[in-house]
Amino acid sequence: MPAPKKNGLQTVWFQNPPVIISTATIVGNKEGQGPLGHTFDKVVEDNYYGENTWEKAERRMLKEVMQNAIQRANLQPQNIDYLLAGDLLNQIISADFVARDLGIPFIGLYGACSTMYEGLALGAMLIDGGFAEYVLVGVSSHYSTAERQYRYPTEQGTQRPLYASWTVTGAAAAVLARQGNGPVITHATIGKAIDLGQGDPMNMGAAMAPAAADTMARHLLDTQRQPDYYDLFITGDLGTYGRELALKLMQQKGYDISNRFSDCGVLIYSPDQDAHAGGSGCACAGVVTCGYLMQEIKAGRLKRILGVATGALLSLCSYQQGETIPGIAHAVVIEGR
Amino acid sequence: MAEVKDSQPLEIQKKEYQKMVQEIQPKPTLGRNVFWAFVVGGLISVLGQLFLNFFQARGLALPEAGAATSTVLVFLAALLTGLGVYDEIAKFAGAGSIVPITGFANSMVAPAMEYRGEGLVLGVGARLFTVAGPVLVFGIVTAWIVAILYYFFR
Repeated sequence: MPAPKKNGLQTVWFQNPPVIISTATIVGNKEGQGPLGHTFDKVVEDNYYGENTWEKAERRMLKEVMQNAIQRANLQPQNIDYLLAGDLLNQIISADFVARDLGIPFIGLYGACSTMYEGLALGAMLIDGGFAEYVLVGVSSHYSTAERQYRYPTEQGTQRPLYASWTVTGAAAAVLARQGNGPVITHATIGKAIDLGQGDPMNMGAAMAPAAADTMARHLLDTQRQPDYYDLFITGDLGTYGRELALKLMQQKGYDISNRFSDCGVLIYSPDQDAHAGGSGCACAGVVTCGYLMQEIKAGRLKRILGVATGALLSLCSYQQGETIPGIAHAVVIEGR
Repeated sequence: MAEVKDSQPLEIQKKEYQKMVQEIQPKPTLGRNVFWAFVVGGLISVLGQLFLNFFQARGLALPEAGAATSTVLVFLAALLTGLGVYDEIAKFAGAGSIVPITGFANSMVAPAMEYRGEGLVLGVGARLFTVAGPVLVFGIVTAWIVAILYYFFR
């Protein structure tokens, strides 16, 4: 017997769609200067954010957005049933240490840059399954912490290829609730880890595009919807070239979404900001969703969107040992109410 | 046009996808990169020559003047790395700023700054040569091989 709340192979639907009752965002200087700069709650000029290491700065950003999101929902940390959080650092230390400070029952997540949507999907399942009244979801990333873990020291003189992306410095959090006011999550499609043999850690858009296309097509099949059902398909951090690849792959699967397909990584920086292909990192999909997209939905300019956060599942060790990069993409339907 | 169909075997999908990636991927701006590498690399060399001439004019013999020149260049590169300028130069100079001795200095100062947070011994001490280490290892190995060849075939 199929699970009662499952549609098709990979999609779940929510009987009482969980509500996103509050969100909070914080970004670094570069993101603040980008085209979406005005949509974020706070722009931090100093990448150390008053701390002595970048890791501590990232943690401080994550803690601050979580506290803000709780406060805006008129709640206290003890009202929250679960904290779902993750980041890019080894053993997700940003999320771990913030969880230590907040004292909320904590489920640590790792979905690389897809973690925000992994959290939204799981949070919605916990609430609609009757296991939680309130769930707090949060993610963070920081250009300098990611750069030193995955690539080179930041002051190292290197030339980045044009298809490379730029890790977004920032953090985002959202409070999901069983009832309340705000946009709702009606469906979630959990993606498969898909590897079409791309191995260049600088070209994550190419590694993730097949997963994004697979999840989007699977979602449409599972829900038996046509692309025009949604005002917008928005991926997390495919970047300029990854977005084009995903568009082509979708066409080959028989779906034309070219007039309604955007990418958070493309939106967050302008071409003159030297970010090359665009933004990446957990915070990329996080801050664009919790900032810009929420505002557009609340203002009624977007009614139904399919958010698809994408992640490149690699580590320093895996690519040094010559492994290719599996991609992952989780989709969540957000509707204005 | 490359076509990646789910119905194809995975190996074919991978090949077709690789073709598609190649079609869409931006071409590196080779001409511009080579030009700037030449200009910046050349300027660093000219700077070195000026120092060399200066030290020789002040009475140092060629080997000593060379050592003094290297010291000055390394100092300048370390200073510019600390000020956060060197990586900005390298962004468009590429190999022009990596290959000269200044690039070597940059590759040691950058991790030294980066890993200060992990302590002096296991941070700075252990990571100082993360980028420069391979250059040293293979440089020294090459020197051995050349020396052995030289010994037998001179």
